[in-house]
Amino acid sequence: MGRYVIRRLLQMIPVFVGSTFLIFVMVYALGDPVAALFGDRAPDPATAAQIRRDLYLDHPLWQQYTHYMAQIFQGNFGTAFTGQPVLQLMGSAWPLTIRLTIVAVIVEGVIGIILGIISGMRRGRSVDTGVLVLTLIVVSIPTFVSGYVLQFLFGVKWGVVNPSVSAAAPFNELILPGVVLALVSLAYVTRLTRTSIAENTRADYVRTAVAKGLPRRRVILRHLLRNSLIPVVTFIGTDVGALMGGAIVTERIFNIHGVGYQLYQGILRQNSPTVVGFVTILVIVFLVANLLVDLLYAVLDPRIRYA
Amino acid sequence: MDTLLDVRDLHVEFRTRDGVAKAVNGVNYSVNAGETLAVLGESGSGKSVTAQAIMGILDSPPGHITQGKIFFQGADLLSLHREARRQVRGAKMAMIFQDALSALNPVLSVGDQLGEMYVVHRGMSRKDARARAVELMDRVRIPAAKERVGDYPHQFSGGMRQRIMIAMAMALEPDLIIADEPTTALDVTVQAQVMELLAELQREMRMGLILITHDLGVVADVADRIAVMYAGRIVETAPVHEIYKAPAHPYTKGLLESIPRLDLKGKELYAIKGLPPSLINIPPGCAFNPRCPMAQEVCRTDVPPLYKVSQTRASACHFWKECLGD
Repeated sequence: MGRYVIRRLLQMIPVFVGSTFLIFVMVYALGDPVAALFGDRAPDPATAAQIRRDLYLDHPLWQQYTHYMAQIFQGNFGTAFTGQPVLQLMGSAWPLTIRLTIVAVIVEGVIGIILGIISGMRRGRSVDTGVLVLTLIVVSIPTFVSGYVLQFLFGVKWGVVNPSVSAAAPFNELILPGVVLALVSLAYVTRLTRTSIAENTRADYVRTAVAKGLPRRRVILRHLLRNSLIPVVTFIGTDVGALMGGAIVTERIFNIHGVGYQLYQGILRQNSPTVVGFVTILVIVFLVANLLVDLLYAVLDPRIRYA
Repeated sequence: MDTLLDVRDLHVEFRTRDGVAKAVNGVNYSVNAGETLAVLGESGSGKSVTAQAIMGILDSPPGHITQGKIFFQGADLLSLHREARRQVRGAKMAMIFQDALSALNPVLSVGDQLGEMYVVHRGMSRKDARARAVELMDRVRIPAAKERVGDYPHQFSGGMRQRIMIAMAMALEPDLIIADEPTTALDVTVQAQVMELLAELQREMRMGLILITHDLGVVADVADRIAVMYAGRIVETAPVHEIYKAPAHPYTKGLLESIPRLDLKGKELYAIKGLPPSLINIPPGCAFNPRCPMAQEVCRTDVPPLYKVSQTRASACHFWKECLGD
């Protein structure tokens, strides 16, 4: 296992370098950051050249990249064009997004698994069909539609929640955004759990468990669920990374100043230090989440052994 | 002798989209304490379904018991409450399945799966149950039981896995064991060892054993009595040595003649012509008549009852006398 982890960590290096370099190139392709800095005014050539020298922009692209990477590993993510250090932006944005993700994962995990178990155990009955139709509807509605509709209904029309999340973004205000963010994944978790349960109820080892005279509860919880939830848990694990990066729409709708919001603003304003910095961290989150999921898989299923 | 299990006129059908499959059509058999009954038949003859009905693990839906009674130690199992029925399963009667790899839970250690019997039925602590699991593994002669108790099913060989299945069935010293083709999935070399172990444990604990198989070689060695099934009915029942000498049903005869024999080496192997009938559409009269070399007009119209051949034998053939004779 130890060797496997080391190998996986080493494999991360080229993936990390490759993806961050791609982002670097793409942001560079957006246009001249110095021109963006001056906005509508034409910059004074001497000042522009000075800034370029200060920002290392007079070097070739690959040198800019290595310089940037070296700075990152010293904990220096640079300064946004607004004058704020990127690290400071991250410090305020990441906690919000992490909190939002936690809410979303709990929602999709708990509700999705429960719905999946219910419909999987009652295959072909009306509950099952109802859940199937519901999940199809949820999957086919884009987040910006469901988000605005739910915000309008709960926040404006019925006034149950605040339509806009306050700056501190406590957990109770994040429930509705969390649900919106989780909706599509929730539908997938439900479908995945249902299929897995339906498949495993007919498995030989479940019949063995019944033949052993185990109570129904024990057959379901210990034998059926343990096996059925392996693919579900791994899906939720990989989804954590996707939820964090994919919160852009949800964060815009509910005015949460998290990672998605900062990224959106950064791209809009051609604020390259912000964009590259945030995406770099996102890449790391994705890679680590995937590694953890693979390790978790081995813990859940003893047939999987990494060497 | 005490009758341990008495199955009377059992009917099981599967209601599927294509129609109603009549899997078991009036099966009668009984097993005495300490006796081994071999149930013989092709796939689809209803031998496994009967066993599942006895154990109470029939897939329902689509399976339904439509008629009949199953008496176990005097009590009618089919009228027992669900909870009472559960307490019988595993503790008083246990089942050994064919393919131990799929029948054992892949994500639980064998120690957990064996110990579970004691935790659930005897209320033991997990620690004590673990110790008992090691004893069980020793008893079925799994080497280094103490070190291997935490291993998972896929870490064992096929023969060892089947030993674990046997150990699980024996755990609470049940009065009846149903072994559904316990050696079919194993290597020939391992088959004999596993069968020997099963027979030995059965003798030791004086358990009734229902051995479901299509392997006539296995039957001859361990069974006391044989019940031959065809299309959901018992067509012949007899003590094991008598049936080999002189079968009283053309189907049994066909089965015996299909065994490859060394003295007929080089000649074509015998096979019963035709295929088993579809259970959705069982032929009228004797179900075997389309394949039977002795079939007469009466076989196509009248269902043969189970004729008494002797004190210990019965045959569901109108012409059992002729069959015995030649």
